[in-house]
Amino acid sequence: MSAATNQAHAGEEGTRRDFIYIAAGAAAAVGAAATIWPFIDQMNPAADTLALSTTEVDLSAVVVGQQIKVMWQGKPVFVRHRTAAEIAAAQRDDYANLKDPQHDAERLLQENGQPGKAEWLILQASCTHLGCVPTFVTGSSYGGWFCPCHGSDYDTSGRIRRGPAPRNLDVAPYVFVTDTSIRIG
Amino acid sequence: MSGPSTYEPKTAFTRWLDKRLPIIRFGYDSFVAYPTPRNLNYWWTFGAILALCLVVQIVSGVVLAMHYVPHVDYAFASVQRIERDVPYGWLIQNMHAVGASMFFLAVYLHMFKGLYYGSYKAPREVLWILGCIIYLLMVATAFLGYSLPWGQMSFWAATVITNLIGALPLVGEGLKNWLMGGFSVDQPTLNRFFSLHYLLPFVIAGVVALHIWALHESGQNNPTGVDVKSKADTVPFTPHATIKDLFAVALFLILFSVFIFYMPDALGHADNFIPANPLQTPPEIVPEWYLLPFYAILRAFDFNIGPIDSKLAGVLAMFASIGILFLLPWLDTSRVRSMRYRPVARQFFLIFVVVCLVLGWCGGQNPANILARSGDFTASLRWVEGGQTTTQDFTAPSEQQFEATAASMRETMAGRGATMTMVSRAGATNATITAVIGGTEQTRNLSAYSVEALEEEIIAAKAEIGAGAPFFVIERNTPMTFTVTNLSQLATLYYFLFFLVILPILGLRETPGRVPDTIAKPVLAKEVA
Amino acid sequence: MLRAFSSAAVAWLALVGVAFAAGEAEHPEDHAFSFDSPLGSYDMAAVQRGFQVYQQVCAACHAMTHLSYRHLGERGGPFSLYMVRNHETGEMEPYIGKPHHGGSFVSPTENPYLRAIASGVTISDIDPSTGQPVDRPGRVSDRFRSPFPNEIAARASNGGAYPVDLSVITKARHYGADYIYALLTGYTGASEGVLYENRYFPGGMIAMAQPLNEGQIAYSDPNTPQTVEQYAADVTHFLQWAADPHMEERKRLGIMVIAFLLALTGLLFLAYKQVWRGESH
Repeated sequence: MSAATNQAHAGEEGTRRDFIYIAAGAAAAVGAAATIWPFIDQMNPAADTLALSTTEVDLSAVVVGQQIKVMWQGKPVFVRHRTAAEIAAAQRDDYANLKDPQHDAERLLQENGQPGKAEWLILQASCTHLGCVPTFVTGSSYGGWFCPCHGSDYDTSGRIRRGPAPRNLDVAPYVFVTDTSIRIG
Repeated sequence: MSGPSTYEPKTAFTRWLDKRLPIIRFGYDSFVAYPTPRNLNYWWTFGAILALCLVVQIVSGVVLAMHYVPHVDYAFASVQRIERDVPYGWLIQNMHAVGASMFFLAVYLHMFKGLYYGSYKAPREVLWILGCIIYLLMVATAFLGYSLPWGQMSFWAATVITNLIGALPLVGEGLKNWLMGGFSVDQPTLNRFFSLHYLLPFVIAGVVALHIWALHESGQNNPTGVDVKSKADTVPFTPHATIKDLFAVALFLILFSVFIFYMPDALGHADNFIPANPLQTPPEIVPEWYLLPFYAILRAFDFNIGPIDSKLAGVLAMFASIGILFLLPWLDTSRVRSMRYRPVARQFFLIFVVVCLVLGWCGGQNPANILARSGDFTASLRWVEGGQTTTQDFTAPSEQQFEATAASMRETMAGRGATMTMVSRAGATNATITAVIGGTEQTRNLSAYSVEALEEEIIAAKAEIGAGAPFFVIERNTPMTFTVTNLSQLATLYYFLFFLVILPILGLRETPGRVPDTIAKPVLAKEVA
Repeated sequence: MLRAFSSAAVAWLALVGVAFAAGEAEHPEDHAFSFDSPLGSYDMAAVQRGFQVYQQVCAACHAMTHLSYRHLGERGGPFSLYMVRNHETGEMEPYIGKPHHGGSFVSPTENPYLRAIASGVTISDIDPSTGQPVDRPGRVSDRFRSPFPNEIAARASNGGAYPVDLSVITKARHYGADYIYALLTGYTGASEGVLYENRYFPGGMIAMAQPLNEGQIAYSDPNTPQTVEQYAADVTHFLQWAADPHMEERKRLGIMVIAFLLALTGLLFLAYKQVWRGESH
């Protein structure tokens, strides 16, 4: 065998060897990556947790000026039956100087895009600053909620008016199932 | 062993790091350049397999602990929730449960390998002892973990084992209460078992690090048992040993997967799917398969040994069966490491492996099961047909004289022409003697394969003869039997004889085969052949 | 060493063989179920019928506390709902069970079949406004209704015997589904006081009267026979699903994992041979 063919032979050998190493290494890497997935996915909410992701609320027992807190996905939600004065105040301030400008009507929209009802305001009861539950304080500066943790003030539409919170209180996704009941989530 | 480090940092960063924390150098010296005997066979791949097992158990266990609830009312339900509702929970739970069995399978093969090739002999005594400690910790961890699903087997295994520890003299009772945290296995027990089950694997990981350290200090043993003498005897760990280990690991994973995906419950016990019930013990209670040999040793002692009662004897023997492994480096007196060159020892080793399997089998059987008997269980029924029955009450002067009085009464009755008599005792000293005068004596012989079957036959025969006989005199004969317990006793005897007598004596008396001078020599000879 | 081990293994197998030959108790016959084999799957029509049998007969005494109504509609459940496009009309149509291909899965909370099943059940709860006990229609997220509030009540209503929970019953008994089927069809008709003779129950006498009788449950499908054997097979099928709802997913994933491992093992073997080429060992 001449030196030249010998060299060519060795080169072929090298290619074959490299191919096997790369294929085995790649397969092992793919296997390891695929194995990791179940261990990550298990951290997601389990099926029983997901099944509790909707809550139905009967509104008939909530009188004008009353607010109830219901649990949805383990967090409180405000269901407020607003007075005419509160509605008027909310609509009046639609054009005030707002940190997070939003019209009251937008804050009443149902999840399916239908307009809501002015007397029913459904809000996630979690301050957009650091997650404390604000308190509704009648006669406060903006007539709405006040967060005891760091002093954020919200108006009767749940919009941020003063304090460190960056955004308005989030509207919970809800729809009217009947005239007197809603489903949250 | 490893000699001076050959690591040379190539980049500025690795040079900088090497001066401050030579971690790359450590990894390189231990797992890349580390010289490995070139003749290692597949039995040497179990180290890597076991490392993988430990990682699988820790990772899947940490994940399961995110969902498991250590409370007597919720533990069973939380495991069900993991299997049903948690994303991939069924997979991770199967992995962890099957993983325990796979871990033990691998560790037993690893230990038998060490035993066969003399890997415990100088200078590897500490390496071997660290391995024994790891094994003990594994048993403890597996036991604690098995109680967590809080099924029937979980609960009763916990009860039996804590009571077993309670049998130890002096410290037993205290240790038992300390484990249970109460008067029985209950909420405090479950909670601390969970805590300890989470802790021990990390202790195992620590001892594993020491085990590997000791291994790298003394160097790996090899199938010839001959020390590494030159560079010709070794190959670098990477890629040679690494690739072989990876191949073996992949093979092992196939077996592992077959169990996880197709027989996830095959190695467990159906009763553990029944929630724990402190009011009712399951009809057959057995430990997991990997502890069956020790269970058999525990049950083999159905007799007292002098002042030691059978319960304590069993417990001590069970602990001794593991404890004796710690002494093995000094019990084996042979100068030759590998049994490859010890033909006689090899035969005894083979028997030892069979004995361990037999013990495992016995542990899963009903100890009273009869394996062999010299003949049938027989009984002869005697009764009198016809004749006149008379009865007479009598009182013996004292309890000690009862038998003598009864005998004289029988004689009296015989003198009056009794064909058959029966004494039924009513108290310590008084009794009634019934005798049949005249008539003809009848006999019927019965035989059966077990005590229960014999009793059934006796009842059937009595019913058949019926009112024809006033009473029966029954003589039962029990054949010589060989039960599962007897087999366990034999196997237990061999288990201890192997370590305490066979290995010490054999090492001094046997003539070993010719051991090669170097590792490379037989390897090269094989090449030529 | 390998030789030593293989002879040991042979001895062990011989021993195990003897043990099985010597087994005494009568054990259930092997009933052919579609889920038996390593590649077997559930017959969803049988699971659906089995659920009907459970609801109408077994549920009167036996709880299944680890199951919720939503489980019936999870992926792989008997009432899982998919919206599938009809190729002729182009419309999306509901499909119950497993569509052969495609289809978008409908979450159990949105599944009208499940909602109907759940709302047909009365659940004891606490009224959120008054705090008083109240009966309300079931929700999809509710657990299967338990027939008795606790074990004491269950025993009191059943002559002291406790009707066991059926959530994992096929895993909790030796011979699993075969045992359940044998038990349900194993009544001899004889009874003694409150005990009924059953060939497959340990001890031969069981406190449960024969639960299934011919024609007892009306199946909507006229082609399915309404016999004790059919009812027993169907409810066993349902119980097997209930104990092991992820079986199909498990077997499917198993094929992929093992196929992958075989390929990886092959590659690693080639790499191993390559590394050790020219090295004597």
